[in-house]
Amino acid sequence: MRQVGKAIEVCRVSFAYTDRLILEEINLTVEAGAFLVVVGPNGGGKTTLLRLLMGSLAPVRGEIKIFGQPPRKTRRLIGYVPQQTALDRDFPVSVLEVVLMGRLTPNSLFPRYRREDYTAAYAAMRAVGVDGLAEARFGDLSGGQKQRTLIARALAGEPKLLLLDEPTANVDPVAAAEIYQLLARLNRAVTIVLVSHDLEYVTAHRRQVVYLNHRLSLAYPGGRSPDSPADRPGREMTGVRGEH
Amino acid sequence: MSAFLAALLQYKFLQNAVLAGALASLACGVTGVYVVVKRITFISGGIAHAVLGGIGVAYYLGQDPLLGAVFTALGFAVLLGLTNLTARQHEDTIIGALWAVGMAVGIIFMALTPGYSVDLMSFLFGNILMVTEPVLWTLFSLDLIILLVVAVFYRQFLLVCYDEEYARLRGLPVKALSILLLALIALTVVILIKVVGLVMVIALLTLPAAVSGLFTHNLHRMMALATGLSFLFILGGLICSYQLNLPSGALIVVIAGIGYLAVLAWQRFFSLAWRRKKTGQKLFP
Repeated sequence: MRQVGKAIEVCRVSFAYTDRLILEEINLTVEAGAFLVVVGPNGGGKTTLLRLLMGSLAPVRGEIKIFGQPPRKTRRLIGYVPQQTALDRDFPVSVLEVVLMGRLTPNSLFPRYRREDYTAAYAAMRAVGVDGLAEARFGDLSGGQKQRTLIARALAGEPKLLLLDEPTANVDPVAAAEIYQLLARLNRAVTIVLVSHDLEYVTAHRRQVVYLNHRLSLAYPGGRSPDSPADRPGREMTGVRGEH
Repeated sequence: MSAFLAALLQYKFLQNAVLAGALASLACGVTGVYVVVKRITFISGGIAHAVLGGIGVAYYLGQDPLLGAVFTALGFAVLLGLTNLTARQHEDTIIGALWAVGMAVGIIFMALTPGYSVDLMSFLFGNILMVTEPVLWTLFSLDLIILLVVAVFYRQFLLVCYDEEYARLRGLPVKALSILLLALIALTVVILIKVVGLVMVIALLTLPAAVSGLFTHNLHRMMALATGLSFLFILGGLICSYQLNLPSGALIVVIAGIGYLAVLAWQRFFSLAWRRKKTGQKLFP
């Protein structure tokens, strides 16, 4: 299952909402099969970067390639796990229905899910350990269970690249550790890019880390703060200091 | 009650009213659920009121006002769908403007048409007792369109309402689906205008769906329950209207409101009692 080649190539990408510059001159390469953690302050552009990778936003300048193709063409290869707070807690929807959403495609005009969709959904729920909750209402789940369900939804689409936005926010420490274990297991088959503020995990597990605050700088795992002078700009990354 | 039943068997206009009520319940039960879960009450209210513009123009031109209502409702649905998705920050203002300007245009054109006043009242406040057979057929075909579209796009609507960003990632045409959903709501509004009038449309669009949301956490079960509830509300309003000799539209809305508050109060009391019992068990095992 090990993948070869480059999963993500971001070349000199800038992005702005009307007048506010969010991302400036981002360069980033992620090898297939990697596990990258993006850390940085709120408002530093982490979620925007994920949206650019998904193709739901287009860069103002620069170029993005996912598995060698523009993001719009590779959406089917991407699984996305949003922040659970972005979803309406009171929405009447069951765990199974949420996971099945990951199977929906634009040309599925036949108005029912097929048997293979249910098979994939149940397999994904088993993989993350929420198969016993299929009929439960999503809004009634604990933070950890919600996060697992959203991961299952992303997995149901059989992605090659998994993007996660703050997967351990609103999750208790035990559940967070379990989610990280789960992600490490999933990483055998899929490339993972994770946005997080959880520096403790990053340093403990020696993951590949980049620091994003409007610009991107390389950070090394191992206890040093990403801002420390020991950071050297990598070949692919633009080094920034004194910016934040 | 028995007097109403006897009259129902005797009078064609009452039978038509009950039939119209059933057709309206089907429409507002199904699309009302989307209005409630997607929280687009204000947009729906805007469409309902702005439709008066189309009705007025249709009157002035000597056309069928119902047809004018259908076209304006659909037009506003598309317009609001587009502004909703492009100019997010001004959404409220645009809806408010459409709401009032639509009504103003309607009133101006009705004033330009001789002999309008009785009909204006029936569009504002509804008159289910004046539904004729051709109108019933129109309501029936609108119902058919709504049910068919929801049956085909049920899963797509669910994803777009729940998580627009994920829908976009899955490659769904989010904009088109949102506009299609608004168009269905617009058609429902037109049906409901016949029953409760455009001023009170919003009550039948939201209250039955809100009540059903307290009982079930599943979208299609909510739709079934909301349909049943709105039929109950409409029937209750009709009976009271017959007995008390008061306007049917207003009574339907009042009964729906009382039903909603009663269920809310009952649920609140019940859940409080249940919670107390549960914490009691936790404290004293």
